[in-house]
Amino acid sequence: MASAQVQINLPLPVLPAGWTAEKDFKPVGSLSNATDRNIEPVGPHFLAHARRKRHKRTFSEDDRIQAQASVKKIEDDDEGEISEPEDPLMLQREAKDWKGQDHYAVLGITRYRWRATEDQIKRAHRRKVLKHHPDKKAAKGGTEDDQFFKCIQKATEVLLDPVKRRQFDSVDEAADVEPPSKSETKKGNFYKLWGKVFEAEGRFSRQQPVPKLGNEKSNKAEVENFYNFWYSFDSWRTFEYLDEDVPDDNENRDQKRHVERKNQNSRRKKKTEDTVRLRKLVDDALALDERIKLFRQQDNAHKNKRRLDKEAEQKRLAEEAAKAKEEEARLAAEKEAAEKAQKADSKKAKEAAKNASKKNKRVIRGAVKDANYFHGAGDAPASQIDGALNDVDVIITKLDNEEIAALTAKLSGAKGADAIKQVYQDEVKQLIGAGKLKEGELKSLS
Amino acid sequence: MSAENDPAQRVAIGISFGNSYSSIGFTTGEGRAEVIANEDGDRQIPSVLSYVEGEELHGGQAKTQFLRNAKNTVAYFRDFLGQEFKSIDATPCHESAHPLEHESTIAFKVRDSAEDKENDITVSDITTRHLKRLRNSAAYYLGKEVNAAVITVPTNFSDAQKEALNKAAKDAGIEVLQFINEPVAAVLAYDARPEAKLADKIVVVADLGGTRSDVAVVASRGGIYTILATLHDYEVTGLKLDQVLIDYFAKEFLKKHKSASDPREDARGLAKLKLECEAVKKALSIGTSANFSVESLVGGIDYTASINRTRYDLLGNKHFSAFSRLVLHAVEKAQLDPLDITEVILAGGNAHTPKIASTIANAFPETTTVLAPSTSPSAINPSELSVRGASIQASLIQEFELEDIEQSTHPMVTVTPHLSHAVGVLCISGDESNGVFHAIVDAETPLPVRRTAIISTPREGGDVLIKLAEGLRHIKVTKPEPKTKKEKAEDDSEDDSEDESDEEDELREKTWKVSNVLSEAAIKGIKKGGKVEVQINIGADLGVNAIYREVGGKGGVRGIIAGEKAANGSA
Repeated sequence: MASAQVQINLPLPVLPAGWTAEKDFKPVGSLSNATDRNIEPVGPHFLAHARRKRHKRTFSEDDRIQAQASVKKIEDDDEGEISEPEDPLMLQREAKDWKGQDHYAVLGITRYRWRATEDQIKRAHRRKVLKHHPDKKAAKGGTEDDQFFKCIQKATEVLLDPVKRRQFDSVDEAADVEPPSKSETKKGNFYKLWGKVFEAEGRFSRQQPVPKLGNEKSNKAEVENFYNFWYSFDSWRTFEYLDEDVPDDNENRDQKRHVERKNQNSRRKKKTEDTVRLRKLVDDALALDERIKLFRQQDNAHKNKRRLDKEAEQKRLAEEAAKAKEEEARLAAEKEAAEKAQKADSKKAKEAAKNASKKNKRVIRGAVKDANYFHGAGDAPASQIDGALNDVDVIITKLDNEEIAALTAKLSGAKGADAIKQVYQDEVKQLIGAGKLKEGELKSLS
Repeated sequence: MSAENDPAQRVAIGISFGNSYSSIGFTTGEGRAEVIANEDGDRQIPSVLSYVEGEELHGGQAKTQFLRNAKNTVAYFRDFLGQEFKSIDATPCHESAHPLEHESTIAFKVRDSAEDKENDITVSDITTRHLKRLRNSAAYYLGKEVNAAVITVPTNFSDAQKEALNKAAKDAGIEVLQFINEPVAAVLAYDARPEAKLADKIVVVADLGGTRSDVAVVASRGGIYTILATLHDYEVTGLKLDQVLIDYFAKEFLKKHKSASDPREDARGLAKLKLECEAVKKALSIGTSANFSVESLVGGIDYTASINRTRYDLLGNKHFSAFSRLVLHAVEKAQLDPLDITEVILAGGNAHTPKIASTIANAFPETTTVLAPSTSPSAINPSELSVRGASIQASLIQEFELEDIEQSTHPMVTVTPHLSHAVGVLCISGDESNGVFHAIVDAETPLPVRRTAIISTPREGGDVLIKLAEGLRHIKVTKPEPKTKKEKAEDDSEDDSEDESDEEDELREKTWKVSNVLSEAAIKGIKKGGKVEVQINIGADLGVNAIYREVGGKGGVRGIIAGEKAANGSA
């Protein structure tokens, strides 16, 4: 807020004589009431205001804290890279066997390794140059030894060239994390130990970002995705860095080609080995991964549950079916028995009815005789008897059992030939009325 | 998913989402805001979507569809968002898809697929599609997926509208970091320029948009902004200016072709007139004359004409003065005088019009700077003001957690006591009637505040008296026959500079009146030509902590004036 400064060019008044106050200050009035307003949460100065208000800082406190924060940041950056001690052995290195040197160690950025950004490498290089420049050493009265300086230059050259850096990173064993042994992972730190391994291996992946191993709370999809990724790992790792030096072509062309071929074969071999190694590593991890077992158990439990459910359902259905069948059989048996009984009953009844009708018919036929075959008086001629009997038979055939019984009852009530005849005639009339007989068909009863 | 909430993965842009035009912007590594052009090269992207056989057209391409596909073209939908059908003004949509009531929201019936069927598309759907297109344009330009934004809204956007916009943005894959008010964004855009100096000022932001005009009076105190008053108007708009030109050209056309029918009565003719008149209006802001040319305006007659700026100024005069009246109204609403206004920022597409800028410059005293392209060569393009402000805000807050932003924008933090009177020192004389009051902290400054002033001393040095006082701003009006009076009543008639000719000779001045002396202090034995530094800290409880010392000298005087609570007893 230093910028919020007002310049006033009018002079202050002279202190009137006799003005005194304790410590030269005299409060007189107080401010009039303030208005509450909403300030717009916009702009850098508001951010400062919000910071002050939320942390209840005063202006000077905030200034101090902000200043400290920004100072600290700069210090941190430098410190991080400077603090790496230099191995005295490394300082003795010859520049010509640069292939064996750890470029990151030379530049003092082993804590970053493959994670180091270009900027970090450049800054590390600059700092190392400032320290190890041969001219400086000479000025200090040392030797003209510029070997380590050359090492630094070589390391920078390799690390700042993306292709060469990849080649070096491919064989940078110091960045590898050894997979933990079985007994180590037994202690329940599987995720911690293996997570580091996979993180280190992930640097070779063409596909970024690499899925994380996760923890015991990861769900099935995540875990499957993780292992699928590692089983189909697409690696950019190459082994060119370990190539044997190819001799100059003007020496011996055959020799050169031989070495080239040898190199290529060895690269291929190493690549295959690496793939196998990674595969085994993933296999090992998978075998040790508790989550896989858990998921299988869950799966099994799920499947079993379904199977058991299904079986129970089937059993239940079968039981029901059996019960239904039993019930049906019982009903059928009952019905059969009932039918049998009924049949027997109806047979008896039929027989009785038959007997009754036989008897009735006999009564009817007998009644004809009682009525003197509907002949007036004296013995009826044979023709009359025949006719009368036939007619009665016709009537009988036209009647059913009940009507026969009714007729019998009437006949037994009628005394005398005329009455009997009358009964028959009534019957005939009824039959004619019902259309079972035709008028004049029964001559003897007309 | 984690990318969305992870501030490190955030790519934030600024979006100005207007009724007629939208724009997108971002802040470069050097902290400069830049406006992104879409695929068509437009920096002002019309907020229009059009559907042709299932194909979605957006921006300028969609705007040309007003001609032949008006029914399937959706425009001017921003203000419908989060509103109920009964409370919307559908007038601007007359020449495009009409808004309909749809459940509790508003929808447009548009054939948006290849099938021959009209679908109901809600306003929030349309907004999502629009924002998605804006986001894609930004992503295409930046080469990175964009997942967050600061969006500007008018000051009268309700919480429901913000909520609806937030949801629509989320559906479009944009996490809204913050909604900021358009006028404040405009002020921020000016203040973020590297050459801008931090000063206490009162700024009027006048935004003359297509369908509405908004005026806001903003107090800027040490870079903290407070809106003192706002005014919204749906009558004085850019479309009205278009209408002036439409009427003019239609009449000229009818004069020339007596037998032709009125192009304004033909839907397609009107659409052609509209598009061309908008172009003519824009051309007149740059050049002094413009050509109007439409093929087959009506009945197959081509029409070409030209218009010069003077004529346009005459035609639109009514609207121009209405706009300057609107601005003065806003100043009055803030209980201020035009003399109090340090700057007038003209924003919105129609601020390009030179006549609007000059009318407003005339309405304000000379001490007021009018920031518009025609009056100030360094002015920022008025159409880009709010998007620039939004981009700057986006770059400022994009590293914060969303929760942090929410807490910082909470009323707990934003509601702040503001000084009701200016606090300053008395110069020249210790006597209130003779002394000249000089403000150190202006009125409407949010508390707490810390200010420093460097004050001259009498030439010969010695002992000085420093009197801290509250000052009242007072407008001194000097008439030809010198007479000073408090003219509050006359100040209120806002159009004094417009048509009251008798006031022409009148001299208006801003003066201070000492109302309330706060403290007295003495510094003794000042060297010849020495200066005194006064630092005032005013706390939120109205307690004043003042430090007086000689510049370069040791020691000094320190004094505390108790705040509200302590003072209550004695008062």
